[in-house]
This record gives sequence, C-alpha cells and structure tokens, in this order.
Amino acid sequence: MANTLKLEIVTPDRKVLSENVEYVGAPGILGEFGILPSHVPFLSALGIGNLHYKQEGKAYYVFISGGFAEVSNNKVTILAEVAEKATEIDIERAKKARERAEARASQAKEKIDAARNQAALRRAIARMSCQTSGKSAGTC
Amino acid sequence: MASLRDVQNQIVGVKKTKQITKAMNMVASAKLRNAQNRIERFRPYADKFYEMLGDLAAGADESVHPLLEVRDEVKTVGIMVTTSDRGLCGAFNVNIITKAMKLAQEKAKEGKAVKMYCIGKKARDAFRKTDFEIVRAQADAMGSFDFTLAASVGNELIAGYIAGELDEVHVVFGEFVSIAKQIPVDLTILPMAATEPGEAASGGSGDYLYEPSVEGLLAELLPRFIKVQVYRGLLDTSASEHAARMAAMDNATRACDDMTKSLTLLYNKTRQAAITADLMDIVGGAEALKG
Repeated sequence: MANTLKLEIVTPDRKVLSENVEYVGAPGILGEFGILPSHVPFLSALGIGNLHYKQEGKAYYVFISGGFAEVSNNKVTILAEVAEKATEIDIERAKKARERAEARASQAKEKIDAARNQAALRRAIARMSCQTSGKSAGTC
Repeated sequence: MASLRDVQNQIVGVKKTKQITKAMNMVASAKLRNAQNRIERFRPYADKFYEMLGDLAAGADESVHPLLEVRDEVKTVGIMVTTSDRGLCGAFNVNIITKAMKLAQEKAKEGKAVKMYCIGKKARDAFRKTDFEIVRAQADAMGSFDFTLAASVGNELIAGYIAGELDEVHVVFGEFVSIAKQIPVDLTILPMAATEPGEAASGGSGDYLYEPSVEGLLAELLPRFIKVQVYRGLLDTSASEHAARMAAMDNATRACDDMTKSLTLLYNKTRQAAITADLMDIVGGAEALKG
C-alpha cells in the first residue's frame, strides 16, 4: 500500500500546487472530508473553506472557494475557482473585506445582496483562519 | 517634380512611422507571450473539467438539469462576440465580426430574435450600428481580465437560458491556432447537449462515490462549464489579437523599409538632376561670356 498520494490544485489562472502528501482534508459542500492514500474513487463539490494537507508530518493550509475534488488512482485533483496558499493570502485585504461585509450586513438590504454578502464574509473569515492555522502549524 | 526638401521630409516621416510600428510589434509579441502562458495554465483546468463532465454526463439525461434541456422551438438566440478593444491588428476583428454578423442575420432570417453580448470595443461599435438588440456591451475589458469577467458573462447567459429568455447561445471568438493563424469560430454552448464532449471515454464512472449526488454535482458543474467555455473564448481572442497585431505590425515595418528605399532612390535622382541642371547653367553662362 502506498503511503503517499498526489495532490494537485488547479485554478483557471494557474496551477497552484502539485505535491506528494500523506493526507488531504477538504471543505466539501456537505462538510469536511479527509482523504488518505488508497482512497476509493470519489467526486465531490467543494464549498468555501480551508483545505489542509500533511507532508512530512507538517500541516499546510490552502484557502479554497468553490470547485470540485476528484480522487482516483491515489491522486487528488482539486479544481477550484480560487485557491491561495496560506503564504500567499493578503491578510490586510481579507480584514478589510470582512469589515466591509460586516458593515453591509448590519444595514440589512435586499435578499440577493445578503446572500452575496454572506459569501464574501465567509471567504474573508476563511482566508484569515487559513493563515492563522498555517502560522500555528509553523508552515506559513 | 518634388523638391529635395519634400522628399527628405517624407523619408523622415516614414522612418518615424517605422519606429512606431516596430515598437508596437515588440509590445504585441511580449503580450502574446503572456497570453499564451495564460492559455497554457488554463489548459490543465479545462482538460480536467472535460474529463469530469464526460464521466458524469454519461448517465445523465436532459431531465436532470435545466441547462441540458433542448428546446423544441428556438425563439431567441443569444450571441456572445469577443473582439479586441483596439485596432491595428489587420483583419482580425473584421473577420470575427463578419462571422458573428452572418450568424445573426441567418438567425434573424429564420424569424428568431437575436440578442447580442459584445465583449470588446470593436464588437460593440460594429453591432451598435445594426438593429440587433445589445444586451451587454463591454468595452475596455480585454486589456486585463480574469475569470471573474467570464463568470459574470456566464452567469448572465445561464440566467437568461433558465428564465427562457434565451433558447440557444453561441460564442464567437478568434481561435488561436498558431502565431500565424487565427480563425473566427462559432461555438454553440447552450443547449449543452450539443457541446458535450462525446460519450464518457473511460466509462469508469460506476466506481465513483459522489457527494452530494450526480444531480447535485451536475448542478454545480454545468454552470461552471459554461463559464469555462466563455473564459476560453476570451483567452483565445486575447492571444489571437496580439498575434494578429504582431503580424500586421511586421508587415507595416517591412512596408516602411520598402518605402524608405524607393524614396531614397527618388531623393538621389532629384539631387543629381538638380546638380546636372546647375552645371548646365554654369556651362551655358561660360559659353555665353566667351561669345
């Protein structure tokens, strides 16, 4: 049994990463799921959140927003609309986005805006927590 | 005959033009490299996408998702045209616009309503002069765009299709075949069935676990697939534009060289004629004095 699996994250604009890892945890649309080597073929939609993977005992974090994960032949492919490694996240921007979203939420406008605003807020919070987790794991 | 001064001025003018076209050529080639890189980076994403969709759509039929539904009667056709914002790139924009125009006129002849989505200044300007309804016109977008632009146009198209305002959607763009070749392409993106990448190649979909479910996944995948195709159109058009401009500017630079050559020849001839005339004058004068 192989003890690593290949993780590949691609977005429309670039290939974010391609590594051999020991474990992948991803934010599925129905909740977080974990994948170990030799996982059965699997296809899932992803929500907004943090993907993390383990490599040589260390945990790394990647922010993901929307997309799909495919697992087959010991390979995990993440097709994400947006993906940023913890080291690449612009924390100031995320903080500002969060403030903006919170300010707008308190004004309580139409429903469509509220949904979009909530998504923006979730993205901002996920970005911030992604970097925090990365820092506490010592990989950021 | 033109005076010496006139010819000299012309030569200077042509040389200056040459400098500009040469600079534009170099800028276009740098931008082309960028655009090509973007296509390269997008390819793995798109390939993976086709693969996944092929697997999933194998077992699905039209009832699963509104985007798969083929309508019996097509009343409204949406055409999205992507061109560049700037000219000076040969016949590139004209070719795309002609293709789109033909398509629109054909559909109009069949009694269908046509709605235009114009991305790029040239497309907007061309279709403004016609009677076709322009739903969305976006100029100055091609300079720097990313997936968000494709997503916003894609969402608009999808919303129109689901609401029944559009029964068929085409994308017309300049496909980037090579640096020397760009062809205008008309791609039908909706209804989906027409564009699905064949039957599932591997047929191994049976072993997969799906989360949430095949239907749920398709509901997520299909709209995104539209955006992927729109994005591909944008990327290709942008690369083609720069390639076309590069070729056009290369031609212009060469034409400038030819012109300088023939003007220099003219200049020398004029100069020699003037000298000869002067000499004749002097000789004539001397002869007259000898009397």
